[in-house]
Amino acid sequence: MEPRTLYQKIWDTHLVFEAPGQPSLLYIDRHLVHEGTSPQAFSGLKVAGRRVRRPDLTFAVMDHSVPTKDRTLPILDANAAAQFDALAKNCKDTGVRLFDMNDRNQGIVHVIGPELGITQPGQTIVCGDSHTSTHGAFGALAFGIGTSEVEHVLATQCLQQFRSKTMLLRVNGKTQPGVLAKDIILHIIGTIGVAGGTGHVFEYAGEAIRALSMEGRMTLCNMTIEGGARAGMVAPDQTTVAYLEGRPFAPRGKDFQSAAEIWLGLASDGGATFDRVLDFNAAEIAPQVTWGTNPGMVTSVTGQVPDPASFRDPNEQKAAEMALRYMGLKPGTPMEEIPLDRVFIGSCTNSRIEDLRMAARMVAGKHVAGTLKEALVVPGSRRVRAQGEAEGLDKIFRAAGFEWRDAGCSMCIGMNEDRLPGGERCASTSNRNFEGRQGKGGRTHLVSPVMAAAAALAGHFVDVRKIL
Amino acid sequence: MQPFRKHTGLVVPLDRVNVDTDQMVPKQFLTWVTREGYGRVLFYDWRYLESEKPNPEFVLNLPRYRGASVLLARANFGCGSSREHAPWAVLDYGIRVIIAPSFADIFYNNCFKNGILPVTLSEQQVDDLFCRTEKQPGYQLSVDLEENTIRDAAGLEIHFTLDPHRREVLLKGLDDIGVSLLHEREIAAYEARMNPTAPLAPDATLYSAPAGQTAGKN
Repeated sequence: MEPRTLYQKIWDTHLVFEAPGQPSLLYIDRHLVHEGTSPQAFSGLKVAGRRVRRPDLTFAVMDHSVPTKDRTLPILDANAAAQFDALAKNCKDTGVRLFDMNDRNQGIVHVIGPELGITQPGQTIVCGDSHTSTHGAFGALAFGIGTSEVEHVLATQCLQQFRSKTMLLRVNGKTQPGVLAKDIILHIIGTIGVAGGTGHVFEYAGEAIRALSMEGRMTLCNMTIEGGARAGMVAPDQTTVAYLEGRPFAPRGKDFQSAAEIWLGLASDGGATFDRVLDFNAAEIAPQVTWGTNPGMVTSVTGQVPDPASFRDPNEQKAAEMALRYMGLKPGTPMEEIPLDRVFIGSCTNSRIEDLRMAARMVAGKHVAGTLKEALVVPGSRRVRAQGEAEGLDKIFRAAGFEWRDAGCSMCIGMNEDRLPGGERCASTSNRNFEGRQGKGGRTHLVSPVMAAAAALAGHFVDVRKIL
Repeated sequence: MQPFRKHTGLVVPLDRVNVDTDQMVPKQFLTWVTREGYGRVLFYDWRYLESEKPNPEFVLNLPRYRGASVLLARANFGCGSSREHAPWAVLDYGIRVIIAPSFADIFYNNCFKNGILPVTLSEQQVDDLFCRTEKQPGYQLSVDLEENTIRDAAGLEIHFTLDPHRREVLLKGLDDIGVSLLHEREIAAYEARMNPTAPLAPDATLYSAPAGQTAGKN
């Protein structure tokens, strides 16, 4: 047999039907559902008189609009409340397992899938959410779909798919202390551009990737979609196996041992070919800060806000001009001199226990700058929150002037009451600095959790390499 | 889904690269549970000032582009979130064709589920169409999917390519789910062979409360 990539192996294993000139029918192992993109899919199914084929492979959670303050209070937004009720009813009617907002396992869909062991290597995983790419950290083929496809998976447990091209991204060597997975992926997107991965599935490899924890790999794969690729993957290794052992939905005992053997065999074969191969030098990557209105508009913390005239392409020039106008920034301003109004530590990109531990270590015994209006820590799940409290992280954050909230998407998307007010500037560990993403008129700078923590203390960005 | 064969309409140029789906339908409308009614909120934050007063500077609000049904866009159109609310809004506004040098994958795919034709042309072709649209008030394009051509009244004729399967889906207005369900036998055979449940060994003590017990409201 020809050497195959990880992507090809998963594709081959999940092929239900193929015919020339048509998309293939791929089986979906795990379908994750949240309140935001599922109601129309469930109602479409009902109208067509179709049933949920595999409720046992479907997992639902409330995350996008859940309050992060007090969940015993009524939901004031009538539309959001109706959407929660719709998800609860849809799950009850169809037998889909739901982690509702009061469940102790509730959290952001891309945090709880892995931490509960629902996400496993070699699987196909979809969700009506573009950050489903996160689960690729386990060596799964995971990608976001629209609501029509959510309905399609509910009805058939399959998806019609065209085969993607593949791109191998090798991050060679070691990163500097203080440079995290978030900096690696922002640097990659800054290099290839926000459409650099269109039509491709990424596989990340190289020494710096192998050295990442599962949390780091999830951050990396999470933001793959911001580079235009629907899915990003890391081949399973001992780090993957160790993370999954003992997780509630992971196999146990002998079953786990035999599963682990299969997982470790999923790595791309030596000699497997990719459509493109890119190499990056980990040692050259500095902590990153975005200056514009998409994640590709990014530079090193030691850099400056660029001059739009420095872009060769006239469309890019115009985009940079518009971005600077929206962001209220002047060309040439050192990134370290940009003053901040708020700091948000959270989102499916950076809200896992390791992220919170690193941020807590940075702020322990110190206090956020007096100029800050708000500093939020929103754990990615209630399990992360409980773990953080068991380790005393909540006390460290609170003593440093942060708020410690309940789990959800929160100010990454601002579908609940956690929003960035217009004109205010936020250092955020989330994934999108699009106009209005965190709140209409809000100005987002994407950074790693340690960069966000250090920025909270200083009131502006600082190079964490100097203070670690 | 309504089939797409031919369409002639007024062209509106949106001269911006990397337009993301957050701009097409901002967050506050993602709590709706319907597929309809999003046309009013398409490009909400760009289109409206305070209290939904139309922003006179935004291209969709210019009188000469009122009633446009062909959207001319720049590279990487529809990037970001997978929200299908974006193509729902585009369609509900009345747009049937989007022409751009490139599209983001998820948005592109979502268009075909909703009877919207996304046409990919070269940068030069798109630049040329921007010039023509901006120069000539009332500029229209006729898009013929049966012939894979775009024409204007001045004799411009552009051929475009589209994956034959995607083309057929649009021409016939096919129901994807119905098509896939024709493979019930293969799906059942796959399930019997692969046992997709196997790796799942849920811990019975996992649940503090039965699913669905607590709804959104108290």
